[in-house]
Amino acid sequence: MAAGAASGGSATTDTYKEARNWLLLPSWAVLGIFVLAPVCMMLVYSFLTKEFRGGVIWEPSLAAYDQFFFDRGLFGDEPAKIEWTYITIFWRSIWQAGAATLLSLVIGFPTAYFIATRPERVRPFWVFLITIPYWVNLLIRTVSMKFLLRDQGPLNDFLIGTGLIDSPIHIVNTNFAVQLGLFYSYLPFMVLPIYAAVERYNFSLSEAAADLYAPKWVTLRRIVLPAIKPGVIAGCILVFVPSMGSFLAPDLLGGAKNFMIGSLIEEQFKGNAGNWPFGAAASMILLTMVLIILLIFARQQSKAENGGS
Amino acid sequence: MATVNNDIKTYKGFRAITLLCLLVLYAPLVIVTIYSFNASASITNWEGLSFRWYADVFTGPESDKFKVAAFNSFTIAIMAATASTTIATLAATAMVRGGKFKLRTVSFGLISLPLMVPEIVTAVATLIFFNSIGFTRGYLTILVAHIAFCIPFAYLPISARMQGIEDSFEQAAMDLYATKRQAFTKVLMPLMAPGIISGFLLAFIVSLDDFIITNFVKGAGVETLPTAIFGSVKQGIKPNIMAISTMLLSFSIVMVTISYFVSKSDNTK
Repeated sequence: MAAGAASGGSATTDTYKEARNWLLLPSWAVLGIFVLAPVCMMLVYSFLTKEFRGGVIWEPSLAAYDQFFFDRGLFGDEPAKIEWTYITIFWRSIWQAGAATLLSLVIGFPTAYFIATRPERVRPFWVFLITIPYWVNLLIRTVSMKFLLRDQGPLNDFLIGTGLIDSPIHIVNTNFAVQLGLFYSYLPFMVLPIYAAVERYNFSLSEAAADLYAPKWVTLRRIVLPAIKPGVIAGCILVFVPSMGSFLAPDLLGGAKNFMIGSLIEEQFKGNAGNWPFGAAASMILLTMVLIILLIFARQQSKAENGGS
Repeated sequence: MATVNNDIKTYKGFRAITLLCLLVLYAPLVIVTIYSFNASASITNWEGLSFRWYADVFTGPESDKFKVAAFNSFTIAIMAATASTTIATLAATAMVRGGKFKLRTVSFGLISLPLMVPEIVTAVATLIFFNSIGFTRGYLTILVAHIAFCIPFAYLPISARMQGIEDSFEQAAMDLYATKRQAFTKVLMPLMAPGIISGFLLAFIVSLDDFIITNFVKGAGVETLPTAIFGSVKQGIKPNIMAISTMLLSFSIVMVTISYFVSKSDNTK
């Protein structure tokens, strides 16, 4: 879905030019008040003092960011050292999201290519098959994945039954389970942009390469891949970004050892134990990282478009 | 392109990976569906076919909780989808039929904002916002948050549809002395119907499925189906959860299938 958002739409007419502002007003109001203003409010909260039972005291403070990056001892009077706890959680999230993106690429690229080279009539049906699971509740999909992978679950039963293994493989509560869960959550985001790029690719280029005796895999790597690179990068971003901030897959499939940003943030707003300014600060740091990635991506895309035409 | 030899286009093994991909995508859903019909009280052993756990969802000890949660989920989804589809239709008309204007890019950025900001960040921000204006969390806060983040999901199919409709239909109507309002309601809207219906259905599913934002803004005691299921699953996967999951996943698949066929139908020809 988000893939479509990249292109703003080209064919415009001005039939309803006069009514334009009135037509836009409701969306401006709702998104401005309930999405944009809250994000600004979150920025403010990240610079406030924490209230011990959840919520904030309206006193400006850098404590939240300080706690994120520095360790000043139990009573806050020791010389500041770098605090590794939260940086490690962020690093793990980046690493896990990266691994999930790679897994999605390895499976998603051949799938997208295969679908795009089917006869034109049946392509929408293949795309539909790939996207159906995406529309099933993410929670249900993640729970289903956990059910399947459990030690006593159907997958281990099946493998033991066929004699391939003697004792169950522990998959749940490992890094791999989280990666698999993220892969399962966001795969269509990888397949759709690559599919769109391959569909636009001019296959007479591959034919020309074959005429000049290029082996097929060389053609794929040297001719096809550079041509569809924007689609591949878009797919990677669209999987990486939501993976980094995901909550359900690490929470249900990862267990306590594989804590990611999403769980760290969630914990700060739960019951009386949380720390709202710290949660707001961690969210701001995550949001900043995501916006930087999207900005670099947008600049590259516009560069590629200007250079291409 | 049609002349290009298929041998050059296709790669060995890609078909197998595609089938593997579909297997990974569908296996968990199929397995849970099968086990939801298990007669056993344990989720591990298979003891034969039964509708026991479906009955349990409606009449068992947790049935009251599920009924309230289902009521909340469906009423919120219907209202949120209706509101966001209306807002998205108006916005799409301005964006696609409103000529070029300065704030077009900004407007588009604002509409796609809920897609770009990580969901957990939107959830935190919304919670903080309601807290700072002193709004008690509950049914209403869930509804408002859902209306906001469903807008881009409704907007994308609607604007795609509108871009595909030539404005000659409306021009012809106006040449025959229809007012702009009439051209909009009597000509453009009927042509837009498939886009609007599929936008509505997608917004409906997105609202029905949302867990993270709902979990943050719901307040104590108010549950939707996903938050109720999450609460149960935290104590372990139980057979009645598989039954309710199967019902919910079948519902989503039916909705998406309808949306797919509706958006494929083309009434402009």
